This record gives sequence, C-alpha cells and structure tokens, in this order.
Amino acid sequence: MKLWEDMAVGERAEIGRYTFTTDNIKGFARRFDPQPFHLDEAAAARSHFGALCASGWHTASVWMRLMVEHQNREDEARRARGEPIAALGPSPGFRELKWLKPVYVGDTVIYSTEVIEKRASNSRPDWGLMSIRNSGVNQKGEPVISFVSVAFVERRKRAA
Amino acid sequence: MSQLQWEDFTPGRVFEHGPRRLPRDEMIAFAAEFDPQLMHLDEEAARATMLGGLAASGWYACCILMRMCVDAFVGNSSSMGAPGVDEVRWLLPILPDDALSLRATVLETRASKSRPDMGFVRFEFELFNARDQRVMTLITSLMLGRREQAAPKAAL
Repeated sequence: MKLWEDMAVGERAEIGRYTFTTDNIKGFARRFDPQPFHLDEAAAARSHFGALCASGWHTASVWMRLMVEHQNREDEARRARGEPIAALGPSPGFRELKWLKPVYVGDTVIYSTEVIEKRASNSRPDWGLMSIRNSGVNQKGEPVISFVSVAFVERRKRAA
Repeated sequence: MSQLQWEDFTPGRVFEHGPRRLPRDEMIAFAAEFDPQLMHLDEEAARATMLGGLAASGWYACCILMRMCVDAFVGNSSSMGAPGVDEVRWLLPILPDDALSLRATVLETRASKSRPDMGFVRFEFELFNARDQRVMTLITSLMLGRREQAAPKAAL
C-alpha cells in the first residue's frame, strides 16, 4: 500500500479479473447463499434471472481477494524500488453496493478501484482514511457491481 | 409452513436466528480464499495489527449474515434476490470461535412500480456476539414475490 499522503484522489487501477464457473458459483452458494437461482439450473431458468447466476456476495468477495493480490504485487514493486510501504488497516464498512446485472456462468468480471476521498483520522493520528469506489464489469463491458468502501491506511512517520 | 411472501413482511416485524458458532478453521479458510490479510490469517502476526488479534474478514461476516438470513426466513420465502446493499458497518472485531446471533427488522416495504408480481422490503440486519455486543449492521432492500393478484375485472 502507498502511504496515505502519497495517494491522490482520482487514482484508478484495474486490480484483476475472475471467471465465474458452474463449480465456483455453486460451491460458494452451498456454503453462504443456498438459494435456488444460485444452485440449480432448472430453478434458475424459471426465476427472473433466467439462468444460474453467482451470489452477489461471491462477486464482492472475489473483489477483496483481487484487491489483496493487487496490493501485494504493488508492494513487491515498491520494495524493489526502495519505496516505503504502508500497512492497510481494517475497514469500518462500505456503502452503496449495487449488483447492477447478474453474473452468469462463463462471465469474466474485470475489477477496478478508484480513490474518491481522503481524510485524516481524528482518533488515530498515525492513520488516514481513504474512500474508494470499486467496480466490476463483465466481458461485454456491462457494469455488474459497484460499491464505496472505506479503509485505514498508514501515514508517513512524523518527527516526534 | 407456507412460504413467506412480500405481504407477510410488515414494518416492525422481527426475525431472529442463531447463535451460530464461527469455528476458527472455517474463519481462516474463508480468509485464505477471499481475504488473505495477516489480521485474518495468522494469530501471531495479527497481534501487531490495529485489531490486536485474529479477527474475521468483514466479508466473511457478510457471507455468514447471508447464510443466517437464508436459514432464518429467506429460504422459506419468495426471495428474488437483492439489488444491492445501502450500508454495512463493521463495529467490532469478530473473533474466532465466537457465536453470532442475527436480528432482522423490517423497516419499510413498497410495491414495485414496474413489476406487479414483486415488492421491496427494506431491512436492518444486526449481528450480536456471544457477549451481546453489536458487531455489525447491514441495511438493504430485498426483492420478494407477491401473492397472486386477483385477476383484473374485464373492462366494461
């Protein structure tokens, strides 16, 4: 992670892509979201979705995985360049999550993130907060997911 | 038990479920698959983080909440999914082997303008830990099928 001071509002990055399959859709749904349209082709065909589709929590959880991998790659590059690496802290939550279109078997979702706001933390002077808009589009370019999350990011160490 | 339809979700109605234990190995397995950060994976390394110890991924909490909703009432309803989530707050760390209880409160309902066979139900979902501390809240509208409408009278 970049230090909080070095992040700029408007910075955008593609963080990765993921292909949803019958197996990973059903595997996730069996554990966390066992509704017929995520588990059973025939029931899904009768539903308003029209075909088997991924749980929205699956689409969101994959974003988190790709975000962590993206940050790990970026940190490797920073380490190689001798640049400082900030810790990414926990998140107090997210808002405005929209599942804009169903994600069907065979869809590949391309995920991106953009910094939309920065503010200092009143309670934790060593940390700042960033708001990021995260989004995913399918292989046809149609938006399928969007949300705004907030997380703590470490600040540059200041002289005591 | 007959299936719950949109009409059954009246403002103020409460559904409760749990407690459901979160086994340490399942919590860590989720993190390894979807949120491989040290604060969710490794006890020792997690002590040095802001959370001060191993804690569940917030996304795991969302997924467990979803599963508890399905087990509580969504699985026995005319659920048509959800268009999104207004807001999630992760209020306190969720610890390994903790037990969570769900409370779902109907805030308001509205019929769909474009789909007469469907309506929206806005909920506040709350998760409590074994010490009855509120650890997470989630506000969302679910889409539910409506009871068969009486056939409209033929125009005279």
